[in-house]
Amino acid sequence: MYIAKKPDIPSSEITPREVFENRRKFLKAAGFSVAAGAISSMLPSAVLAANERQKIAGFSKTAYGKDEKLTSYEDVTTYNNFYEFGTDKGDPVVHARLFKPRPWTVSIEGEVKKPKQISIEDIFKIAPLEERIYRMRCVEGWSMVIPWVGLPLANLIKYAEPTANAKYVEFISLADPRQMAGVRIPVLDWPYTEGLRMDEAMHPLTIMAVGLYGEVLPNQNGAPMRLVVPWKYGFKGGKSIVRIRFTEQMPVSTWMKASPKEYGFYANVNPKVSHPRWSQSSERRIGGGLLSPRIKTQLFNGYADEVGQLYAGMDLHKNF
Amino acid sequence: MTLRQISRQQLFRLKAFLFLLALLPLARLFWLGFNDNLTANPIEFIERSTGTWALICLLVALALTPVRLVSGISWPIQLRRMAGLFMFFYACLHFATYLWLDHWFDWNEISKHIIEHPYVLVGFSAFVLSIPLALTSNNTLMRRLGSRWKQLHYAVYLIAALGVLHFWWLVKKDIREPLVYAIILAVLLGIRVYYRYKKYHVVNAGPKGAISEKPIA
Repeated sequence: MYIAKKPDIPSSEITPREVFENRRKFLKAAGFSVAAGAISSMLPSAVLAANERQKIAGFSKTAYGKDEKLTSYEDVTTYNNFYEFGTDKGDPVVHARLFKPRPWTVSIEGEVKKPKQISIEDIFKIAPLEERIYRMRCVEGWSMVIPWVGLPLANLIKYAEPTANAKYVEFISLADPRQMAGVRIPVLDWPYTEGLRMDEAMHPLTIMAVGLYGEVLPNQNGAPMRLVVPWKYGFKGGKSIVRIRFTEQMPVSTWMKASPKEYGFYANVNPKVSHPRWSQSSERRIGGGLLSPRIKTQLFNGYADEVGQLYAGMDLHKNF
Repeated sequence: MTLRQISRQQLFRLKAFLFLLALLPLARLFWLGFNDNLTANPIEFIERSTGTWALICLLVALALTPVRLVSGISWPIQLRRMAGLFMFFYACLHFATYLWLDHWFDWNEISKHIIEHPYVLVGFSAFVLSIPLALTSNNTLMRRLGSRWKQLHYAVYLIAALGVLHFWWLVKKDIREPLVYAIILAVLLGIRVYYRYKKYHVVNAGPKGAISEKPIA
């Protein structure tokens, strides 16, 4: 027969009431913060990355786009295409959060005097960094105005020392399935590849961006460095570039492979050359709100004076 | 409420509930709008959302006959008109967003856009085709049109196919989402075709033949 024993806990060891109640309070608070964490992880907000935002020390302002109205930091960093992190424009900000853009080495290869590797830190030192405010026109019919920080691609090319055979430059992005969920799905032929003709690459408007809004490039916008060619559709700007290859033959870009009838090598912004499935004559400037009308798209995205001569005599309907 | 049978009062309550449920996507847009949460491109978001819900309502409307064919439960057919009209409601919002917010009634631009771009043309055709269906959905016209009403409403299959195609041609490369709608539509139409085929064979082969008949997938 079982007989209940007298409890052998001395009264001194019984938890005082206040401690007991505090503990409950603490648990409640902990539970709340866990819940809050779960909620905030669902928010596609730039605010989350706020504590990781890092100013770039020492870059000079330029006159480019000084009269343009900037698209907000929030919109620039929460709405963009970066298929390596998912095909929805809200995906990159969410899925690139754990991406590691440092340490980073870029491999320079192909038609160069000597293949070499360069760290992102050294790329920062190749030329003084500048702020360039450029219009960015997406092939999907929307546009932004973005204050990039970067260096002229021409400086990086001079450092690379291409041979006389180099007629084109190819930019190859990172395709790391462990860090980039989108790469695990074969929507595109990874790694993402883009290319420019040598004169386009050397053009003073073409930059390798390493930042925006005076800060180190956020992961979702192509950290640690991405190409920016303001007179071409946005997809020409390869992100998170790991290899720069100089070639004699015209490279085949990822989108050309994906759909050769819809995407050509040049991809110059041109309101007169329609995409087979949608019009390119007008665009929506992001940030205008519900009641802002579309604006007319300009030839070469409004940079015709600077870059028009690159295409003199070319049939832009054929070389789209 | 048993699954096979449903009283008039239960049907009424169910309809009222589904009516409110079908308004939720619209309420959500208002909620997100007032909280400035419609993404960086709110117009595209509204276009996508209303278009998606039009397609979903249409697929729901088309799912009720297969439900009857497969399970023998026929009362859900009574919800079909409401589902169809909600499809039309969201399609109207979708088209209005396109005309107003997206293009500001720039008729010149819009007509060019519709004619030159297959995905717009296909979506526009689906919308135009759905207008007579919505207009003849009331009891009076249903009775007055008799057998022609049924013929007219066969257009819903074409509308659904065009709707899915509209979505398919819109996406740049990632076809996974429109593919889901295409598969659902194919299954819903496939069930109809299968039962029609079976019925035809039963009628033609008589009861004996029907028993030995093996279903052909």
